Amino acid sequence: MYKYDDYDQQLVDERIEQFRDQVNRRLSGDLSEEEFRPLRLMNGVYLQLHAYMLRVAVPYGTMNSAQMRQFAYIARKYDKGYGHFTTRQNIQFNWPKLVDLPDILTDLSKVQMHAIQTSGNCIRNTTTDQFAGASYDELEDPRPWCEIIRQWSTMHPEFTYLPRKFKMAVTGAPNDRAAVAIHDIGLRIRRDDQGDLGFEVMVGGGLGRTPMIGKTICEFLPKEDLLSYLEAILRVYNQFGRRDNKYKARIKILVHEIGAEKFAELVEKEWEEIRDSVLHLPAEEIEEIQAHFNPPAFEVLPAHSSAYSEKVSSDQKFAYWVQNNVREHKQQGYAIANISLKPIGGIPGDINHQQMDLVADLADQFSFGEIRSTHEQNLVLAHVKRDDLYDLWQRLDEYGLATPNSGLITDLIACPGLDYCALANSRSIPLAQRISERFGELDRQHDIGKIQIKISGCINACTHHHVGHIGILGVDKKGQEFYQITLGGRADENAKIGKIVGAGLSTDEVVDAVETLINTYLDLRENADETFLDAFNRVGETPFKEALYGAGKK
Amino acid sequence: MTKQVITANRLDDGLAVFYGLDGQWHSSVSQAACVEKGEAAENLLANASNEENQLVVVGPYLIDVCGETGTLEPVRYRELIRTKGPSVRPDLGYQSN
Ligand code: HEM
Ligand code: SF4
Repeated sequence: MYKYDDYDQQLVDERIEQFRDQVNRRLSGDLSEEEFRPLRLMNGVYLQLHAYMLRVAVPYGTMNSAQMRQFAYIARKYDKGYGHFTTRQNIQFNWPKLVDLPDILTDLSKVQMHAIQTSGNCIRNTTTDQFAGASYDELEDPRPWCEIIRQWSTMHPEFTYLPRKFKMAVTGAPNDRAAVAIHDIGLRIRRDDQGDLGFEVMVGGGLGRTPMIGKTICEFLPKEDLLSYLEAILRVYNQFGRRDNKYKARIKILVHEIGAEKFAELVEKEWEEIRDSVLHLPAEEIEEIQAHFNPPAFEVLPAHSSAYSEKVSSDQKFAYWVQNNVREHKQQGYAIANISLKPIGGIPGDINHQQMDLVADLADQFSFGEIRSTHEQNLVLAHVKRDDLYDLWQRLDEYGLATPNSGLITDLIACPGLDYCALANSRSIPLAQRISERFGELDRQHDIGKIQIKISGCINACTHHHVGHIGILGVDKKGQEFYQITLGGRADENAKIGKIVGAGLSTDEVVDAVETLINTYLDLRENADETFLDAFNRVGETPFKEALYGAGKK
Repeated sequence: MTKQVITANRLDDGLAVFYGLDGQWHSSVSQAACVEKGEAAENLLANASNEENQLVVVGPYLIDVCGETGTLEPVRYRELIRTKGPSVRPDLGYQSN
């Protein structure tokens, strides 16, 4: 894992002292709320319905056990005993007091964590594949590149006041688990004809009011040119992006208005000028960063383990967990274990302090002390010996963390919605809970197979509902909570925006509607291997629409 | 006739609070000063937003309420949630007391 150098630590420490001073000046009246608000937002502090909210960055979703333990400590000491993992791989605390926040940030800095660039119109935490460095299908670990981007973009003077927030994601595998196509910039590591590794660069993805899939403006960018090319993109955006209208300020609007080709031309022109500048990345510098992400000291293990096979065949509950939550590792004898934060009927992404401490202990014991957060609001232990899986599973199960539902219908993604969020139209969590309960039975989940439901409480689309296989958006209809359904979206390497199927549904109707959609799929699928999404792509929206609204209606 | 009260978030801890007849901020909406929408409400809001109050709360605003003094309840669900706490965590927020 990347460790702060003296410069990083000093920068973070100075920021906290500045913030402590700013909080004091707000409390004494030297700063008005108007003056203070942007300052607190730059430090990840929002004001929500019930209280302040602190968003802590988990750079590219990788943390160590000490950091997880510190989250547990903060949840206990300053908050109400829990935290919430978000779709941007970060963690949020829902009840911190303003007067405690400088101390919380100090405690975080002791484990090299902070909340800088988790808010505001700057370059945000770069997200990536939660299986980075572990997955069998990976060309290269994307995290060193996220770290290179982090170092370049942190406090970058030119990019602290962008027209709007800016989000990037990187995938190192052809199977895209990082949803790169719906980010302002998406990077996909790929090989060219000579077999060299570089980046496919996509720009202008994003959801919200105007959902768009990113467009490729460079098929293959040599690695050493990454930063100069990114800087060129940002400069073009900074120069031409709209600042007159908040809703039109994202880069996706610029790319859409002038066209991807024209945008690419502008970038090329800018890039020519800075390509050989200090932003050029020499191989040694890249290797130096990569060294922080060297694979852990894997043992040489046999391809087959009879002890493990015996457990799988003798314990059905364990076998289900393995089937659903364990993924193939590139190192023989190791596995990737998904820790579900989606207990049946629970709150997606929430984790209490005892569970955090447990996960930290289990990471130390079984996975080289390292933990990942996922954009699906779950956790991952990325490097577990296959022979340790049974012990790991038992310990997780004791704490309610072994729900075997990774990728299944109850692995729902939901934002805080109207239960916490000041911007919400409708509640998201209770809906997620009701859907989870409705489909909670494991046999039924297995029958339904892989499917992703994403629920956002407003059009900001924090859960990426537009690209959910089933997306649910909370809307306000004359003061009532209503829900609009989209179908057929996807966030993977074939990313696509879902289609709105019809009029909004009331709180009472919406869970039944989801069940109707699922039953329709089960009736029309060709066989059990045809997923919901495949079936939808084959037959189109009509059968689903008719099932929901009756034939002939819109 | 629409009745209104003033709400805000307390500066130091962020909790939802309501402006009382006594010029203090209370954690229960039932202690809020209830006035008629219009001039009376705007005057009260001006008071609640003065310099002194800016040191106590963040962002005062008017909300519609129904019921009588003592049993006032916000009309909008959003505001009702603020008087109680998250609907999914009955153990948290004011509703837990
Ligand atoms: C509760 C406090 C939150 C507030 C006030 C908030 C606010 C916003 C706003 C205003 C946007 C739209 C910005 C734009 O399009 O320019 C946005 C986007 C986003 N938020 Fe949040 N959010 C909150 C919580 C969360 C949570 C809990 C998650 C993860 C579960 C999240 C993930 C995202 C993501 C991924 C986007 C980008 C969507 C896109 O591609 O357009 N946010 N948020
Ligand atoms: S989608 Fe809307 S309601 Fe949900 S967290 Fe984001 S801003 Fe809040």
